[in-house]
Amino acid sequence: MLHYYLCNMEAQSLPVNYLPIIFQMIVALGFVFTTMLATHKLGPKRSTKDKLTPFESGIEVIGNARTPVSIKYFLVAILFVLFDVEVIFMYPWAVNFRDLGSDGMIEMFVFMGTLLLGFIYIIKKKALDWD
Amino acid sequence: MELALVLEKFILVAIIFGISLVTAMYSTYAERKVAAFLQDRVGPNRAGPFGIFQPMADGAKMFMKEEIIPTQSSGLLFIVGPSLAILTACIGSAVIPWGQKLTIGSRVIDLQVTDINVGILYIFGVVSLGVYGIMIGGWASNNKYSLLGAIRAASQNISYEIAMGLSIIALLMLTGTLSLRQIAEQQHGFWSNGWFTWNVFRQPLGFIIFIICAFAETNRSPFDLPECETELVGGYHTEYSSMKLGFYLFAEYINMFISSAVMATLYFGGFNFPFMHHLGLSENLVTILGVVALFIKIIFFIFFFMWVRWTIPRFRYDQLMDLGWKVLIPLAIANIVLTGVFATIFK
Repeated sequence: MLHYYLCNMEAQSLPVNYLPIIFQMIVALGFVFTTMLATHKLGPKRSTKDKLTPFESGIEVIGNARTPVSIKYFLVAILFVLFDVEVIFMYPWAVNFRDLGSDGMIEMFVFMGTLLLGFIYIIKKKALDWD
Repeated sequence: MELALVLEKFILVAIIFGISLVTAMYSTYAERKVAAFLQDRVGPNRAGPFGIFQPMADGAKMFMKEEIIPTQSSGLLFIVGPSLAILTACIGSAVIPWGQKLTIGSRVIDLQVTDINVGILYIFGVVSLGVYGIMIGGWASNNKYSLLGAIRAASQNISYEIAMGLSIIALLMLTGTLSLRQIAEQQHGFWSNGWFTWNVFRQPLGFIIFIICAFAETNRSPFDLPECETELVGGYHTEYSSMKLGFYLFAEYINMFISSAVMATLYFGGFNFPFMHHLGLSENLVTILGVVALFIKIIFFIFFFMWVRWTIPRFRYDQLMDLGWKVLIPLAIANIVLTGVFATIFK
């Protein structure tokens, strides 16, 4: 039964088709775990206090590294969430593009037009200017 | 029966896992040889003939180095970071079709770990997870350079993911499926109905956008700002040593291998090669030749990655962001519109 499903995969995928991905994860996890353990056991351990301080070009460490960073990075992350969700919306449409025909295409173009308006807005707002 | 299949899948996973590790290992060697060739040097030539044992020596060195976990770092996350980076790099290969079906006795073996109908989305999911490894590692180090490198990496990866997703959409409009095996099979042979079957000839602009995004996603030069030595010492892996550093470096090479395989499958016909159905060879032989053809394509792409690295200087950060947001995204959207119009006119 399992063999039938794994060998006759048409458009449908069943939960059992995802099982080999779990196998791959098990193998990868095993590799990572053994390698981490091996490198922990094999290497020498001659730690000193200075060796274990964070690297800061040879000078005394000043303050904590986890200080606030430029807001631009946060803005990029927010914009990514926005646009990535819209990209994901387009996937089902793209796969069914032929069946939906020109009507579906025009509808999607209207959607993409509104997306583009938002895109022009963020560029005009200089949200993506780094200087 | 079921046990035999589980065993078959495990063996296949182990073989593919081994091949991707060996390819990644020899990519490090190839990179140094290619760099040497491009800069008119000799490159590694001491360990074994032509230095071919160099990757083994490097690996052994990584294992034998002292493991340093800075006192100010977050201990557990410091270990989780590189583990996650290599883990996500290693599981991406599960949905790539390495060849057609191989018949041994009465068993038909699929040369693919699993053919799920959301193959491309799975690859996207795994690629997006990759940024966690870098971000967690950079944050846990509690080092200013690491944190800056990690934030740069996160910001760069997510920016280029949008353009990559959009470039794929145009391809999906032509293929009508997300399964990588079906996409590879649609590109059967090389020429049919008066045009090339390989998707690169139907989606040239989409392919160019995709390959640029692949460079950015794997943090390869010219987009290697997260590890820009002149500004950030070592970038997000400044504090790492021993095999934990090795994992970060290794993950980059495995990602390069996987993205080369994805590019070969999506745009360059995967395991297909010209005249494959006119040679009159047995099916098993065609399958094996197909695997060889796929690997030749993958090796070409890996070489291309290296060629670019040692030719083009690094971008500045604002240039990188401008390219991603203001050039690639509009281009990808234009590509979708063009593809839609063309596909509707020439049905």
